[in-house]
Formats: sequence, structure tokens, C-alpha cells
Amino acid sequence: MALDLSVEKVSKSFGDFTAVNEVSFAVEQGRFFSILGPSGCGKTTLLRMIAGFIEPTGGRILIRGSDMANLPPNRRPVNLIFQHLALFPMMNVAQNIAFGLQRRREKKPDIDRKVADILERVGLPKFGNKNIGQLSGGQKQRVAIARCLVLDPAVLLLDEPLGALDLKLREQMKVELKKLQAQVGTTFIYITHDQSEALVMSDHVAVMNKGRFEQVDTPRMLYAHPKTPFVARFVGDNNAWNGIVADQRDNLCTIKTADGQTFSAGAEPDLKPGATVSFFIRPEAIIIAPESGLDDFNRLTVTIKSILFDGANSRLLATPTDGDAELMIALPQNRQYDHLAAGDRVDIGWSARSASCFRVP
Amino acid sequence: MNAARSRITLPFLIFVTPVLMWLFLLIVLPHIDLLLMSFRIEDDAGAMVWSLVNYLNFFDEPVYWRTFTRTAVYAILTTMITFSVSLPVAFYITKVVSPRFSGFLSLLLLMPFWVSELVRVYGWMILLRESGVINHFLLRAGLLQRPVEMLYNDITMVMGLVYTSMLFMVVPLISVLESLDDSLIEAAYDLGGNVFSIVTRIIIPHAMPGIVSGGIVVFMLTLGNYLTPNLIGGKNSLWFTEQIYNQFIASFNWNQGAAFGFLLLILSSAMVWIGLKLTRQKLSQVVQ
Amino acid sequence: MIRSLPNTRPYTLGFKLYVILFFVFLFAPLLITCVLAFNDSQFPALPWKGFTLEWFTADLPERVGIFHDSLNLSAIGVSFKVAFWVSILSTLVGTCGAFLFEQENFRLKQALYFLMLAPLVVPGVILGISILLFANTLGVFFENTFNLDVPLFRPGFWLVVLGQFSFISTLVTLVVSARLKKFDHSLEEAALNLGATRLQVIWHITLKFLRPAIIGAGAVAFLMSFENFNTTLFLVGSQSTLPITLYLQVRDGSTPVINAVSFLLIVGTSMLAVVNLTLSRKKE
Repeated sequence: MALDLSVEKVSKSFGDFTAVNEVSFAVEQGRFFSILGPSGCGKTTLLRMIAGFIEPTGGRILIRGSDMANLPPNRRPVNLIFQHLALFPMMNVAQNIAFGLQRRREKKPDIDRKVADILERVGLPKFGNKNIGQLSGGQKQRVAIARCLVLDPAVLLLDEPLGALDLKLREQMKVELKKLQAQVGTTFIYITHDQSEALVMSDHVAVMNKGRFEQVDTPRMLYAHPKTPFVARFVGDNNAWNGIVADQRDNLCTIKTADGQTFSAGAEPDLKPGATVSFFIRPEAIIIAPESGLDDFNRLTVTIKSILFDGANSRLLATPTDGDAELMIALPQNRQYDHLAAGDRVDIGWSARSASCFRVP
Repeated sequence: MNAARSRITLPFLIFVTPVLMWLFLLIVLPHIDLLLMSFRIEDDAGAMVWSLVNYLNFFDEPVYWRTFTRTAVYAILTTMITFSVSLPVAFYITKVVSPRFSGFLSLLLLMPFWVSELVRVYGWMILLRESGVINHFLLRAGLLQRPVEMLYNDITMVMGLVYTSMLFMVVPLISVLESLDDSLIEAAYDLGGNVFSIVTRIIIPHAMPGIVSGGIVVFMLTLGNYLTPNLIGGKNSLWFTEQIYNQFIASFNWNQGAAFGFLLLILSSAMVWIGLKLTRQKLSQVVQ
Repeated sequence: MIRSLPNTRPYTLGFKLYVILFFVFLFAPLLITCVLAFNDSQFPALPWKGFTLEWFTADLPERVGIFHDSLNLSAIGVSFKVAFWVSILSTLVGTCGAFLFEQENFRLKQALYFLMLAPLVVPGVILGISILLFANTLGVFFENTFNLDVPLFRPGFWLVVLGQFSFISTLVTLVVSARLKKFDHSLEEAALNLGATRLQVIWHITLKFLRPAIIGAGAVAFLMSFENFNTTLFLVGSQSTLPITLYLQVRDGSTPVINAVSFLLIVGTSMLAVVNLTLSRKKE
């Protein structure tokens, strides 16, 4: 499939500080690609380099195969949806959308037709004469997208556009944005610090930290098989432990923790005995009162410290009886565990292969 | 916030009394008196009678209404030039220069505003006159053979008027441009806009309240200016305030002067009103 | 285009050059005025004939420095007195105006507010002549009816004060109103709730909050009064203010004494402006 965007070893430094450090990736046509990272990780700088607001200090950016070096933003086939949308309050909806077409000196009848068309496509027919102030948050979002899509860009860049919305609307817009992207078929590059936005909407997600990409993968793979400790911590909740590898066979290693417990966890074959490692286990991978006789299974008795009730997302907070670590355990709300209370002792366990393990440098 | 206080309370009386005295004794009644006086003349017997003569004189005597039109046209021209000179400066200070300097530059911009208009006009006089500093340098550089009088012409006068009232345009422009979100300009640029379309479609529409309030103040100050046209304007090209001054001080014909004053007041109010109507704004918004 | 966008070098340099020229245009007349105050020449013009302080200090037959120039000195005194009274009166009335328009509700408030703004759009010359006419009308009326000669109604010191006060009060009202808008009304309500009367609340709470704005407005009022020309022109009597005195001298030919006065004015107002700004910065 054709590549809409390829970024090759792009860097950007501001004085001594390197905001983006030799990042490379490619996005196929029609994909929804997210860059996920904490604030200050360099994702906005990267996005602004693709848009052309910032010149990279190194590397190349190619859009549909042509090099974008020294091409100003107003001549690149990419458009940007700003964090606060940046709709022009001095113009109505139709004038906002027509702005870019007028800059291309298109004929008035063509402009009118395209504006009506795109409004139809984003589900806002007959909204042309409304003022920006009259729109709801979700409608503004769609106008902002329409304003860019009408120019038929190769790539649409989105700079955390859901950040300013309230929680309810954000949930709704996630689904809507995904549907809209599928419908129009334009390549979306979406940056966010909210993992749920990235996981729900994207075909591929790049997790970014300190100017580098940690992992580029499908949402499912990121969640199930994080490749670095940062990804394991940042994407989804995780319980973390440090320990030392005691043994390694069949991509499973045995780990001894500082407080004297022994676990086994999935690992890369290059983890040799004696290496210091971190290993991670997801709250929902931990089974309460597991049946006996499972292979490659870690077992543990814990004391419940408190129950954090949160509907479908309820958790147990517990400590091993012979340790001081604190564990988060998913508490399914199927009435099976209603009898549990703080102070109770329960047996828990997890399959060794659902834990991931990384060398600590 | 405040529950409607329809009762007359002591604090209300304390506040309202001086304000009413100020506005009625010093604003309303004097202006009514101005209007009445403009319709009075002294008849042959020396008694005061009602008459339209003061206004008829204005239309009969070409020098009066020509000065009036000239003043109005030059005031509009000055306002437009002031705006074109000030907008880039305000834009530079708010959007282009690094934020570290923008505070300092706007402070620097305000400094001459504190100094008396007379001192500023005097500065231009010693720069531009025949024996002035600029002539001195041009002669020494050999660019001129003999000194040139740069004062007492319309171009210098308009420059002086622009200089005098420029700060009243720059300051509202800076405050209105500060409130313009940078991402609007970035978005317009990203959508293919160039400098011209961004200025006309984004910056000027956003800055309209500042432009109107600056424009009104500059126009008003220019129209009512006396010092600058009198000291550096041409001797044979009168400003309308000078006509008023002549009637009051030289001819001692206060009724004629009152009529002129009232005409100037109508002109300035009409221009303010048109300015507000054209941009659909209210005076109370503009002064904020 | 703006600092967050890539700009071409000619654009940035051209813009910088324009702004530099603008500031040269802004400061050239002031700087040259100051410099020529120290030139050892009979005329405020180049060539430079050496540095001297004589235009400030001399008391010679051909050269009288500003410190011995009784005409200008007395004009400065008059201006100070006028500015003092104008700033006191306009601060008092302007503060009342701010309270009236921000905290009270009454019929015709909008109309009165509009009237309060009017002096901003009335040319100063018109304010001057209308107050002159009205004072004259009252004077004639008092003389004919009560056979009283009221000096207040003739051009002179107090008429100048009133004329300047009539429009400077508007500025004070606007400045103090702007501060009053930011006042947290729950403080007032708390004080009322603790048993204070409304006047006590205003005295102890609201005025304390407004103090920086009132002082700032007073300083601006002082400067505006000190420098006013247009309104004053028609109202002066025998005691001339400094701008009027300077105007007459400049019109009829000038000596470096005017540069010396201008230098003092520039330095004085700049200092007052800096003090005012640093104070208001500190308060924020």
C-alpha cells in the first residue's frame, strides 16, 4: 500500500535540549495513526514539524513521496486541527470552511458546492450560516475537521483536539472521530496523552517518551506485549516488581524479588540469570481464588487492604502476606466476590505468560 | 450580583450628588448655553436677539466652510495614516518580537505619551525649521546647497498630527492583538493563507474594536487639535479650531465662535456615530 | 508571520528595521530637545558650541536660566496648583462615579453613563468655550439680578481647574471602575454579614481594595492637568499655566530656556511614569 507519510530520522533540538531524537516511522494511506506520550515528550514538536511550523534540525519528512524540506505550512498538502480548534470567530461556518479554498483562488460556485458537500459529509448540513459561537463542542470539532478536509489534504494532523472537551463529550467524540475517519478515508495523525483515545481510535499507535519512539504497534499488541518498561507503565494500569533473574528456559524466567518471593514471567531469550529486571502484571490478568493444577502459574496469598469500588472498573488493593509490595487486582462485578471485605485473606494467581519482564539498565 | 436597590439610600446620595453636579453644571448646561448663544446676535441697538446669522455667515463665507471641510478631511486622513503606521508596530510588539522584549517595548512606546504635547511639537520645530537640526546635517553632508524650510506645510502638519495622537492608536491595538489567539493565525497559514489574506481576514476583523476606539480618539484629538496646526501648519492653511480661537479672542465675537464650536461638535459626534454604526459597536464597549 | 511560524529573513529584518525607524521617529524630537538644552548657544540649534548648564542656572543680562526665569517659574507654580486641585477633585468625584455606575442601580443609569462618557468625544476646545460661555452667562445673570460680581465666573484659576476637572473626572471614573469590576463582592457580603453598615464596608473594605487604582488615577489626572492646553487656552486669566506660557514663547521665537523647561518636564514626567508603573506592577 502507498505511504502517505514517511518520517526518516527526524530530530529537533532547541539549544542543548533535544525535543525529538531521530524519530522514524511511516504511515500507510487511509490509516489512523496516533502518537501517544506524556506532556513534554516531543509529540507536539514532531507534529508541528510535519505541518511545517518548525524546521527539523535533522532528517527528512516525505509526504506522498515528496520531500517537504523548506516548504512552508501554507504550501504543504497537510492540514492541522488545533488543540482549541482555532475556528475563526469573525466568520461563520461556511466562511471558515471556504477560507482555504478562497486562498487557492477557486471559483465561487465550486467553493459553494464543496462547502455544502463537506458539511453534508461531516453531518452538519445547513449549518453554513451559523456563527461559531452557536455551535456545541462536538459541532465545532466537526467544522474544524471539515475546514481541513475540504482542501483534500494527504494527511490530517490532529493536536489533542479532544483535550478541551468534558469527559462525556470526549467519550462520544472518540467514537465519532473514528467513524468519520473511516468514512472519509483520509490519513489521520493524532497526538494525545490520553491512552484511551489512542487505543480506541487508532490502527497503529506510537508511544513516545523523551523525544524517541518506544514502540510502534497495534493497540492490542501494545497492551498485551509492551516492549519497554515505559510502555508497560504508560499504556494501561500495571503492577510492577523489581527482581533478579534466577533461571531462564523456554522464554520463561524465574525471578527472585527483594522481599524473597519467586515468580516466573515471559521474557526475551537474551535475559541471562543474574540480570536485574522489572516485571509487570495487569490487574485484570490476576485471578482471584484460581483453581489448582495449572502449568507455569504464579500463586500468592494476599491480605485485602481496601476495596475500590468503581463499577466495571472495581479493584482490590492487597499486599502479599509475606511481603510489602502493593498489588492492584481487578474485581469482576459478577456477584461472585461480593463477600470479600478489607482484612480478608485470599489466594490469587496469574499465568506466567501474561506477565512481561524487562531488563533494568 | 447587586440586588436592585430601588430605595434611595445614603450611599447612593453620596455617590450621585457630586456626579450629577459635575455632569450638569460642567457638561450639560454649558453645552446647552453654547447652543443657545450660537443663535443670538447683537442687533444695531446693542441688544441680544435670536438669529440664524451666525450659521448663515458660516455658509456665506468660503474661508469658514473651506477650513471646516479641510479640517475634517485632514483629520480623517490623519486617522488613516496613524492606523497604517501603528498596526505593524502593535503587531510586531504582540506577535513577532520575543516575549521578553515585548513588555519593555510597550513601556518604551508609552514614554513620549506622558510628555506634554507642546514639548513634542517644539521638538519637531527645532528639528525641521530652516535653521533646524536636520537642515544642519543635510548641509554638512552636502546634500543641500542652502537650507530648506520644512515647517509650515501640510505634509509636516499631518506628520505632526500623526505623531501627536499615534499612541492613542497603538495602545488599543496592542491590547486587542494580545487577545488574538496565535493558533488562529497558524490555522489560517496552514490553510494556505498569506500575509495579505491573514491581515485582512483574521487580524483586522479581530482588531476591529481596538481600531474603532483608537480611530475615534485619534480623530477627535486631531479635529480638536490647536497646537500642532498652529505651530507647524502653514500660515495660510487654517485649522477650524483656529477660527474658533480667532472669534473668541481676536474678534471677540463669542456668538459666532459658539456657532463654530457647535458645528465642530456636530462634526465630531457625527463621525464618532458613523464609526460606531459602520462597525456595529457601542460607545460603552469601545471605551473599555 | 508570527514568532511561532517560520519566517523568511527579509521579512524579519524588514520588520525589525521598520520598528527601529518608528522608535527613532518617536524619540528623535524629545532627545534633540533635551540635548540642545545643554548647548552653549543663543539659539536652540546646531552647531554644537560646547556643554553648558547656563540655560538652567545663569542669571546674566543676555542669558537667564530657567531657575531665575520668573515668568516660567511662576507658570510652573500655577500649573502645580491647578494640577493639585484638579487631581484632588477629579479623584473624589471620579471615585463616586465608579461606585455609582458599578454598584448602584437606578433609573436612567444608561443615559447618565453615556453622559459621563461624553467628555471623551467632545473636543477639548469645545469644552473650554462652552464652560467659558456658561460662566459668563452666570456672571451676567448674578450681576444683573443680585448685583454681585462673582470672580469665579471670569476666566482665571478656578475656571481652569473646573474646565480640566470636567473631562479628567471621566478618565478617573473609568480607571477606578475597571478596578472595581474585579472586586470580589463576597468580601462585601461577608462584612455586611458580620454587622457592618454599607458605608463602613465601603470605607474599610472596598476603598482599601481600590487604593492603588485611585492613587494611579490621581497621578494620571495630575499629569493630564499639568499638560493640558486645549481646554485651558480659553479659560486662563492673568495667571497662565506652563503650557500656555510656553506656547506663547514658542510662537514668538524661542530660546534654549524652553529646551531647559522641556528637559525638566521630560525627566519629571518620565520619573513619575516609572514610579507609577512600578507601583502598579508591584500591586499586581
